[in-house]
Amino acid sequence: MIEFRGVTKQFPDGTTAVDDLDLVADAGRITVFVGPSGCGKTTSLRMVNRMIEPTWGTILVNGADIMDHDPAELRRGIGYVIQQAGLFPHRTILDNVATVPLLLGWNKKQARERAAELMELVGLAPEMAGRYPAQLSGGQQQRVGVARALAADPPVLLMDEPFSAVDPVVRESLQDELLRLQSELGKTIVFVTHDIDEAIKLGDKVAVFRTGGVLAQYDEPGVLLSRPADDFVDNFVGRDRGYRGLGFLSSDGLPIGELATVSVGDAGPSEGWALVVDGERRPLGWLDGGTQANGAVTAGDLVPGGSLYDTDSGSLRSALDAALSSPSGQGVAIDGEGRVVGSVSADEVLRALADARRTGAAA
Amino acid sequence: MNWGWIPRNIDLVASLTWEHMVLALVPVLLGLAISIPLGWLAGRTRIARAVLVPVTGLLYTVPSLALIVVLPIVLGTRILDPLNLIVALTIYTVALLVRSVADALAAVPAVTIAAATAMGYRPFRRFVSVELPLAVPVVVAGLRVAAVSNTSMVTVGALVGLGGLGRLFTDGFQRDIPAEIVTGIVLVLALALLVDGLLLAIGRWITPWTRVGAGARVRAGAAA
Amino acid sequence: MNAVIAWLTDPAHWSGGAGVPVRLLEHLWYTALTVAIAVVIAIPAGALVGHTGRGGFLVVSLANSLRALPTLGLLVLLVSFIGIGLGAPLIALVVLAVPPILAGTYAGVQAVDRSVVDAARGMGMSEREILLQVELPNALPLIIGGVRSATLQVISTATIAAYVGLGGLGRFIIDGLAVRDYPQMAAGSLLVALLAVAADLALAWSQRLLVSPGLRSVSASRRPTPAPRPAAERPAAA
Ligand SMILES: Nc1ncnc2c1ncn2[C@@H]1O[C@H](COP(=O)(O)OP(=O)(O)O)[C@@H](O)[C@H]1O
Ligand SMILES: [Mg+2]
Repeated sequence: MIEFRGVTKQFPDGTTAVDDLDLVADAGRITVFVGPSGCGKTTSLRMVNRMIEPTWGTILVNGADIMDHDPAELRRGIGYVIQQAGLFPHRTILDNVATVPLLLGWNKKQARERAAELMELVGLAPEMAGRYPAQLSGGQQQRVGVARALAADPPVLLMDEPFSAVDPVVRESLQDELLRLQSELGKTIVFVTHDIDEAIKLGDKVAVFRTGGVLAQYDEPGVLLSRPADDFVDNFVGRDRGYRGLGFLSSDGLPIGELATVSVGDAGPSEGWALVVDGERRPLGWLDGGTQANGAVTAGDLVPGGSLYDTDSGSLRSALDAALSSPSGQGVAIDGEGRVVGSVSADEVLRALADARRTGAAA
Repeated sequence: MNWGWIPRNIDLVASLTWEHMVLALVPVLLGLAISIPLGWLAGRTRIARAVLVPVTGLLYTVPSLALIVVLPIVLGTRILDPLNLIVALTIYTVALLVRSVADALAAVPAVTIAAATAMGYRPFRRFVSVELPLAVPVVVAGLRVAAVSNTSMVTVGALVGLGGLGRLFTDGFQRDIPAEIVTGIVLVLALALLVDGLLLAIGRWITPWTRVGAGARVRAGAAA
Repeated sequence: MNAVIAWLTDPAHWSGGAGVPVRLLEHLWYTALTVAIAVVIAIPAGALVGHTGRGGFLVVSLANSLRALPTLGLLVLLVSFIGIGLGAPLIALVVLAVPPILAGTYAGVQAVDRSVVDAARGMGMSEREILLQVELPNALPLIIGGVRSATLQVISTATIAAYVGLGGLGRFIIDGLAVRDYPQMAAGSLLVALLAVAADLALAWSQRLLVSPGLRSVSASRRPTPAPRPAAERPAAA
């Protein structure tokens, strides 16, 4: 757990970068600091490992005041990942990852073994071990940066815009990778970004900062989308927040309707839409009734379907999207194994939303 | 120290200063004139670069006294001929400037050259009126280094009886007049400073565009 | 030219206290001693200035203005104060050798990517560890460049020091000059030039050995700012 108590940072030139911050980043969770450029996110983050000293206030990491530690000692117990990765150009990837274990006095063999484990954990091929940072792509460099920060198994990880410098496709995959790692490791992570979508995707809780280093709102992402504290947050969260907010509403209790299905080779319906499934009841595509040549359904008759709604893990957003993107207007609901269980409709999703509002659930 | 030496020898000092200036600056001008076509060539063809850069680098490592002594054999001059010194310093200037010119020309943005070509410049005109002016700042920086080095290197010539103000060193040493030596050092430093300042001013004057919007490089200071 | 070859192939010139091998060893000894002293002074000083970022302007101005200082003048002045011996030439040569190493070290440390230093500090390296494990290894190409430049100048200027009675290969030139023995002068010059070229090649080769391969593949590098090349320098040397 990381606790900010009345923390203020004023730089010598008079800039107030962080203004009286009170905030608790929960243990084992991802807390995201988000806000426009220059709003004090980096400064707040760097005060945790004393890269910047607070002017006033106290910061506790797992209950201990950070000022009670020697800065270098403190930092060895806190992972730190930055935007440019900051890999050591003169060291191989393996030795980069082994840095903190070596600083902690492990012997070289142990440190390298540990480094190799971490490379595997973050999805770097073993043959990368002997390469140098200049020989890696930006996305690979960031993976090394994450592996290096995790090498000594610190309980806390600070990440400052780690994925901002890579292209959108690689960024997606790095984000997914981080979520996967976190589900295995359960670190206390503080993650800084200026990208609200990234914040909402990654954060268990999101702190929105406004210029001047003032905390504007600190909430779970669903709440941020549905109930922004003020116009600034509303604006910052941006367009489509109502729709994006559906992603944080559970679809438990959403009624699953009947769905007409046929198999390839069967006779199709004379009118109306039917879903074509394979032997395991997995969806293949849609069939527009009466359009097939001689009664029997062939692969050539299939109309591509829309997104699928997974009843095990889906949200109201995925249910609504399944309905809206289906050519028949009926969203295809599947179970965890991908087998068709029925249909969802946009009307039902909206009704469920209204119910959730009435009962005062998160929305 | 016997400072009275200075007023008694003011004429000598003045003529040596003039001689020194000529010996130092003529090679700079000659070197510049030779380096521009060579630098252009080095930047243009791979072969020229593969030959010119190592060769000039090699010339650069040859000690100046050695060069001054060997040149008469190559040139057929007498050992006391000032031409030896001028040729030696020209060689150093070229060795230094070819690299500067080649790098400076290589640094001219390709889009600028493309734009000039698209506007109808022929290669030679384009080189003279677009590429060369843009290379001026880097070339001037190299020129300043060459001019300052030359100014102090001229004095080595005194060991073979040439060398402008350097003769104050050998004479002051043989006759044990420290004031004469100090005079020489101070004048060489002053000349170098003057030439350096002059080249800096000329460089700025002919490249007015470099003075606008030049931001200072800020070094991010880390706390802790 | 034939006279020069004759001089060089005369066995009498290759033995005894004033023969080529002894003069060569003397020359190497002065050079090694000077560069060693200069390294001990300049690398720590340059590293400190580069690391703290304080005094950089001073270092650069010093290196630039010392280029203008005529070493021959400094040499004879020092001799006229402290007399003939190793002392005066050594001081003059060290004064000559310090600026390029100082400037190279400063520039090298200073040019290390700030994000790399930031990451090092963030991982819990002490300032000392940052300097020794991160900044200096990354600055090595420019530091060696400075040492290379200094070594060449010292080899070159040690020749001149023969004028004030020092040994080394310069003796052949200065002594030859006194008696107008041109073949000996030319032979001495040739030997010094060969020594300078050989030393430069040796240092270039040591650069390959010492510098991490990670710093060599700059062409494949994604680092935003390539490290600046050391400005070719031939300061106030001979
Ligand atoms: N070392 C510093 N000295 C003075 N002002 C600074 C310094 N570092 C950051 N600032 C200022 O503090 C504010 C917050 O900066 P920062 O925390 O880096 O913002 P963010 O990471 O949210 O973009 C900005 O106005 C910035 O200009
Ligand atoms: Mg920031």
